[in-house]
Amino acid sequence: MAAPHRQSRPSNALFAAPYLVVFVALLVVPLCWGVYLSLQKADLFGLYGYTGWTNYARVLGDALFWQAVRNTVVFVAVTVPVLVAIGLFLGLALNARTRGAAFMRGVYFSSTVLSVTIVTLIWRFVFIPGDGLLSLAFEAMGWPPIGFLSTQGWSLFSVGVATVWWCLGLPMILILAALQQIPGDLYEAAALDNASRWRTFTRVTLPQIRNTLILVATIQIVMQFQLFGQAQLMTNGGPNGTSRPMVLYIYRAAFENWDVGQGAAASELLFLIILVAAMGQFWITNRGNKA
Amino acid sequence: MSASIDIHHLTKRFGALTVLDDISLAIEDGEFVVFLGPSGCGKSTLLRMIAGLEAVNEGEIALGGRRIDTLPPGERGVAMVFQSYALYPHMTVRQNMAFGLENVGTPRDEIARRTDAAAKVLEIDHLLERKPQMLSGGQRQRVAIGRAIVKEPRAFLFDEPLSNLDAALRGRTRLELAQLHQRLGTTMIFVTHDQVEAMTLADRIVVMHDRRIEQIGTPMEIYQRPATKFVAGFVGAPAMSMLPLSGVTRGPLGARLEVAGVGHIDSAVTLPEGFATQGASIGIRAEDTRPDAGADTGADRGTGAGPDMNTGSNTGSGPNTGPGSLPLTVDVIERLGDRTLLHGHLPDGTVLVAQDTGRSQVAPGQVVPVGVDPHAVHVFDAAGRAHHAGEVR
Repeated sequence: MAAPHRQSRPSNALFAAPYLVVFVALLVVPLCWGVYLSLQKADLFGLYGYTGWTNYARVLGDALFWQAVRNTVVFVAVTVPVLVAIGLFLGLALNARTRGAAFMRGVYFSSTVLSVTIVTLIWRFVFIPGDGLLSLAFEAMGWPPIGFLSTQGWSLFSVGVATVWWCLGLPMILILAALQQIPGDLYEAAALDNASRWRTFTRVTLPQIRNTLILVATIQIVMQFQLFGQAQLMTNGGPNGTSRPMVLYIYRAAFENWDVGQGAAASELLFLIILVAAMGQFWITNRGNKA
Repeated sequence: MSASIDIHHLTKRFGALTVLDDISLAIEDGEFVVFLGPSGCGKSTLLRMIAGLEAVNEGEIALGGRRIDTLPPGERGVAMVFQSYALYPHMTVRQNMAFGLENVGTPRDEIARRTDAAAKVLEIDHLLERKPQMLSGGQRQRVAIGRAIVKEPRAFLFDEPLSNLDAALRGRTRLELAQLHQRLGTTMIFVTHDQVEAMTLADRIVVMHDRRIEQIGTPMEIYQRPATKFVAGFVGAPAMSMLPLSGVTRGPLGARLEVAGVGHIDSAVTLPEGFATQGASIGIRAEDTRPDAGADTGADRGTGAGPDMNTGSNTGSGPNTGPGSLPLTVDVIERLGDRTLLHGHLPDGTVLVAQDTGRSQVAPGQVVPVGVDPHAVHVFDAAGRAHHAGEVR
């Protein structure tokens, strides 16, 4: 008997198989493996038996871990709003069908395609004492020099500046795409409704791109919690650990101190923090949006 | 409250392309005017210029005697209903209607009073707290109209507002718009390419074509005395049949119009001396024809009627029935219930549509003599200008 048209068959799953294999091998297995590792005494040579929550206790009792958590949270709390705000500003400024706007979109997006090594190299030229761009500028203005990469407070700030510059392209492009989806007749209706530019922005534009702003913020929270390359290459976490993010702490524990178990435990804690932060952000922005 | 609209020598260009060329038009206070024309004739552009959504290149627009084409859209005192409705999707119906009033600082209780009143009139008072995506097309349409009403504008502008509705709802909304106009008495401009909407709603129709106004007149003037060949062909369904005019002689009522290879039609049209028949045509509406199905004989079939058949008795004001008629070979029969349309061709190949009764017995392939009401014949000269019965030009 012929099978009814459009009936689902088990063999259909084959079409999803290539993706599923990669997904399981590269995401699910490492995730479970990480949890398993965090409960083991382990170094780079092998496993030495189950230790229960010991690794977690050691991580949570480490003052350096809490310093790294604080650094990372501050970093995320500052860079994500700045990325969303500047992305929105650039999106609005470049939302025009002119050649100049198209060119500038390319310019602002270009930094995104650079590798972290190039980005940090460029910003080291700006921040480095003595011959750096800012040093020369300060000297020319007659101001006292600032060790941007070696002063407590300024070092994390410098990493933040480089990060915003590097990561700006994606928020801008996503917001720009959302802005271009807004039907033009809404703006015409607003013009006939005597809405000022500010009222049009707050009552028409912002509500229309709200979901994209939430998406951009969530992506950036997840990304910026994983800060690593810029911090390692620009300041190496210094001075005195004040610009050391959590991933750098994990890297030190696992690959410099060879304590893979502790590194895995710290990784799981980072995973939890990112999850809570992203969910919290999503929950807060969606509150009162049920209609 | 309501106001007249005066348009003086208005021109609109997009780059090198002129879309409106020297348009002048006076709309009276409280009048319902419909801009009618085919796609791309500039009717929507003209409306958008009045609304302030398109810049004016040359000319002036005045509302109630005050020049408005220099003002931003919100300060012109007009309200517009868009084809797509353009409701703010994230606002409730009430917020949609209140937004324009909030922007000009209308007191809260006044906003509530006007919103409730408009919602009641439009029967959308139970939808006030819903958002547009929860409404049907017809309900959205009402909200869009309500949003215009609460502003108490001096003129309403409608840009093809019924084109997204299904046929039944379109008919009902059309009627309601007419009632709304009667109650409010405000000047309304309505853009459409649908002649039925234009005929049923308008006090006056502005027929537009190819950047210009072809004719301004009441629906019956437009229909019965079209100023040009374009208007005659565009207004009315089925379209007016056009026969080539080959010669003019004197007939009992006016001009006797010769159609080469077919015969002649006696008309009550008085043509000027020396009327040039080169490129001229005769216009006949289907309902002004009288097919005489019973007169079908074997003699009529095939070769058709010679010129001598048209010299019969055409007296009084009755149709050219009997011998003085056009032999129509019927190709397609379109039954509309109350009437029947006979689509066919004349011996010279010209296509003609005749109207018979609903109980017509005519069959395809049959040759039917078709009489024409001499008072309802239109003659168009080579430039397309019309000549009707009962006038001297």
